[in-house]
Amino acid sequence: MDFHINAPIKKEDARKLQSGDYVYLTGTIYTARDAAHKRMIETLDRREPLPFDIEGNTIYYMGPSPAREGRPIGSAGPTTSSRMDKYTPTLLDLGMGCMIGKGKRSKEVMEAIIRNESVYFAAVGGAGALLSKCILSSEVIAYEDLGTEAIRRLTVKDFPVIVVIDSKGNNLYETAIKAYGEELT
Amino acid sequence: MLRTVKSEEITKSIKEMCIEANHVLSKDMEDVFLNAVSTEKSQLGRQVLCQLQENLKIAGEEMIPICQDTGMAVVFIKVGQDVHIEGENLTDAINRGVSQGYVEGFLRKSIVEPIERINTNDNTPAVIHYEIVSGDKIDITVAPKGFGSENMSRIFMLKPSDGLDGVKEAIMTTVKEAGPNACPPMVVGVGIGGSFEKCAQMAKHALTRDLSEKPEIAYVRELEEEMLLKINRTGIGPGGLGGSVTALSVNIETYPTHIAGLPVAVNICCHVNRHAHRVI
Repeated sequence: MDFHINAPIKKEDARKLQSGDYVYLTGTIYTARDAAHKRMIETLDRREPLPFDIEGNTIYYMGPSPAREGRPIGSAGPTTSSRMDKYTPTLLDLGMGCMIGKGKRSKEVMEAIIRNESVYFAAVGGAGALLSKCILSSEVIAYEDLGTEAIRRLTVKDFPVIVVIDSKGNNLYETAIKAYGEELT
Repeated sequence: MLRTVKSEEITKSIKEMCIEANHVLSKDMEDVFLNAVSTEKSQLGRQVLCQLQENLKIAGEEMIPICQDTGMAVVFIKVGQDVHIEGENLTDAINRGVSQGYVEGFLRKSIVEPIERINTNDNTPAVIHYEIVSGDKIDITVAPKGFGSENMSRIFMLKPSDGLDGVKEAIMTTVKEAGPNACPPMVVGVGIGGSFEKCAQMAKHALTRDLSEKPEIAYVRELEEEMLLKINRTGIGPGGLGGSVTALSVNIETYPTHIAGLPVAVNICCHVNRHAHRVI
């Protein structure tokens, strides 16, 4: 099914989404990738607060290319999520809402998604020019020294994503392969 | 007769090729894309492929990089032995071109020191493969390589007894493990034979081949066709979201190897299989 949903994503919206649904997100999301995740977890280890309120917010695993003049952002597609797997359960248990990335997740992330009724979305990898057109504004809010890996607050409009892992733990990457695989074993 | 080429000319070409490769795919890639849309069985898969085509259109028209990962600059350069390069040392000239291309072309600077993770801020150094050939020309291919797919690439030091079946298994294992992480539909580069580093270099070079060209050796041609068919039966599909187009092409290069070995490298590239080519 196709849905238009506002971000931050409400718990009741997250619960109704099913693996395979096509969703257009409108509202506010945050970017963070490898280096920002590492730094966030180090911050938490020191018992210090995160640089932004993660409660209910969606994180997009993305590091953009530089913006040309007059544009909010450069190319802006998803990066591979599994590199964030080590850090994700901690963030989900702290109240992080949903995630946007691409590619497989670990068993630990899957369990944390179910435990926290979160959703893991995929944006289409390698469609950074197209996806950048759905980003209306971009502002670095933390870790500016990390350059492309800084944490950014994005305003998005009809940003297209697909539900890969829903709040019940259904995983499109597994079911889709079975549906279309015709390999002889 | 020696022909003199100024190093500035090489720098300028490299700069322009970095920018070009990151905004426009070659004609052969366009053609396989068109074919993919018409053969994909999954509706979601077709939707993804159409998004990717739309993405290519926006990238070229509005000068937004095709993918935000504008890659590590891999350069294959064949220098004719009758060329004299005047000015800067060739390696410096190439890196200067990469630096100018990435800084002035609004491309992402993704290169860091491996352990300290300090960014070099201009996407240098490039990975450069030099070859000395006959003639008085310089043949340059710039292939910016994204790391979503690079991370899913593998080397296998097979035994001679593993043979062709071992090679096939190595390719299938790599593709299945890569799955959605490598941004399918992928282009699969394979190097068979040589040594540890030679097979990896062949796998990378195989990705730069014009997809309309086929290899001369019959068994290689057949292996490419068989592997493409098998990969497209895995069900991984566009974006890994299920479908019948998982790979756009399988490109294989071979080289004689040692009696004790059968090295195989599988270099996965996403659908943004970028390469610009020029002869100076």
